[in-house]
Amino acid sequence: MNRLGRVVLALAIVGGTLGWYVTRPVTLPETVSERLTGDAQAGERIFLAAGCASCHMGTEDDADPLVLSGGAQFETHFGTFYAPNISPDRDHGIGGWTQADFLDAVMRGVSPQGQHYYPAFPYTSYAKADPQDMADLYEYMMTLPADATPSRDHDLGFPFNIRRSVGVWKALFMTRDWAVTGDLTAEETQGRYLAEALAHCAECHTPRNALGGMDRARWLEGAPNPSGSGRIPAIVGDDFSWTAFDISAYLETGFTPSFDVAGGSMSKVIANLGQLDKAELDAIAAYILRAADE
Amino acid sequence: MGFYKTLYGAALVAAFAAPALAQDMNAIEARQGQFKLYGHNIAVLGGMAQGRMDYDAEMAQTAADNLFHLTRHDQSRLWPEGTDSSMVMETRAKAEIWENLDDFTAKFVALQEASAALQGVAGDGLDALRPAVGAVGASCGACHEDYREES
Repeated sequence: MNRLGRVVLALAIVGGTLGWYVTRPVTLPETVSERLTGDAQAGERIFLAAGCASCHMGTEDDADPLVLSGGAQFETHFGTFYAPNISPDRDHGIGGWTQADFLDAVMRGVSPQGQHYYPAFPYTSYAKADPQDMADLYEYMMTLPADATPSRDHDLGFPFNIRRSVGVWKALFMTRDWAVTGDLTAEETQGRYLAEALAHCAECHTPRNALGGMDRARWLEGAPNPSGSGRIPAIVGDDFSWTAFDISAYLETGFTPSFDVAGGSMSKVIANLGQLDKAELDAIAAYILRAADE
Repeated sequence: MGFYKTLYGAALVAAFAAPALAQDMNAIEARQGQFKLYGHNIAVLGGMAQGRMDYDAEMAQTAADNLFHLTRHDQSRLWPEGTDSSMVMETRAKAEIWENLDDFTAKFVALQEASAALQGVAGDGLDALRPAVGAVGASCGACHEDYREES
C-alpha cells in the first residue's frame, strides 16, 4: 500500500470509529433511575400534560384515551410512522420494561434493546423533564389497561430506515437547553417547564429544517403540518394577538377567542391539557406570551 | 425558465383550484354562513362558560334556542360532491367527508343531540350551562378533528 493509501485507510478507520462513537445510543447513567421511586398518582398529571394519549391511544372513534394501543399514522416526507402500543401489555406494549428502560426511552430516545427511537416520538422535549416526573409517569402508565394489539413497523425510505442514522440527527439537533431563557417569573418558569418539557408545543408549532431538526430561531412561529396538509398556526408574533386569558381558556375549553373550536391534532391535545389545573394552563399562557418577546 | 415556471404554476392552479361552479360556491358560502351563525351563538354560551361575560339566563336560553334550531337546518343541499378542499380553494372541508358520509352524518347528529341537551339546561344557571357547552364544543371538535383542513 502506498503512502496515500495508508493515510486514506487510517482516516477511514478514525472517521468510522468516530462516527460510530458519535452515533451510538446514549442512555442515562444508571444512578439516575436507581435513586428514584415513582408515584403513580402524581404521574397522572404528567400523563395529561405530556399528552401521551394524543398519539398513542387507539384510532377508533370511541377509543378510550387510557388504552394506549397505538396505531395512529403519521405521514411525513421521511415516510410513515405508526405510533406503537405503549400499554402495559408484556408482549406488545411496555409491560416488561423497567423504570430505567422507560427513562432511557422517554428522556434519551433509546429503546430497551439499545436502539435509537425516531424523533417523531418527542423525547427531545421530554429530555428536559425532571426525571422524578418521568418516574411518576412510568408508575402511572403501568396502572393503565393492557392491550394486546401488535405495534406496526414504521415505513421509511433510505437512509431514514437505518436507525443508527438517528444518532447523527441527535448529535446535530438534540439539545436540553430551554428555548426561552432570561429572567422569567415563577409562573413563566412553570409554564416553560409544562410547555417545553411536557406538552411539547414546539414539536408542531416550530418549523423544521430539511432533516427534521427544529429551527429554534423561529420558536413557535408556525409550521407546515408535519403529518398532513395545511399549516400549524404561529402562537407568537404579529399574527397572534391572543391574551393570556384567551390562551388559557382555549386550552381549557377548546374555544378560540372568536369561538371557533379546535380541530386536527389540537383537539386531542386539549382533551388532555384541559384536565390540568387552571393555574397550570395560566402558566402555559404566561410562557407563550413570554416566548413572543424572545 | 421563467415562462415555463409560470406555465407550470398556471397548470397547477388550474388543476387544483379550478374556479368552483356558481351553484357549488352558493352551497359552500351557505354552509360557511351556517357555521358562522353557530359561532355567533356559541360566543354567548361559551363566553359565559369561560367567564368572559356574566351569566344571564335569558340570553343563554335565547342563544341555546337559536343553536338548537340552526342545527336542525336540513343539510342535504349544503354538501354537493366536489366541494372539498382538494377541489375548491375557498373551503376547508376535507374530501374525507364524502368518503365517510355515514360517519360525518353521525357526527352531525351528535352536534344536534348536544345542542338539544344544552337548550334544556341553558337557563338553569352557570353550573348547568358549563358542561353542556363543553359537550357542544366537543361535538364540534370531533368533526373538525377528522374533516376540517388545518388553516
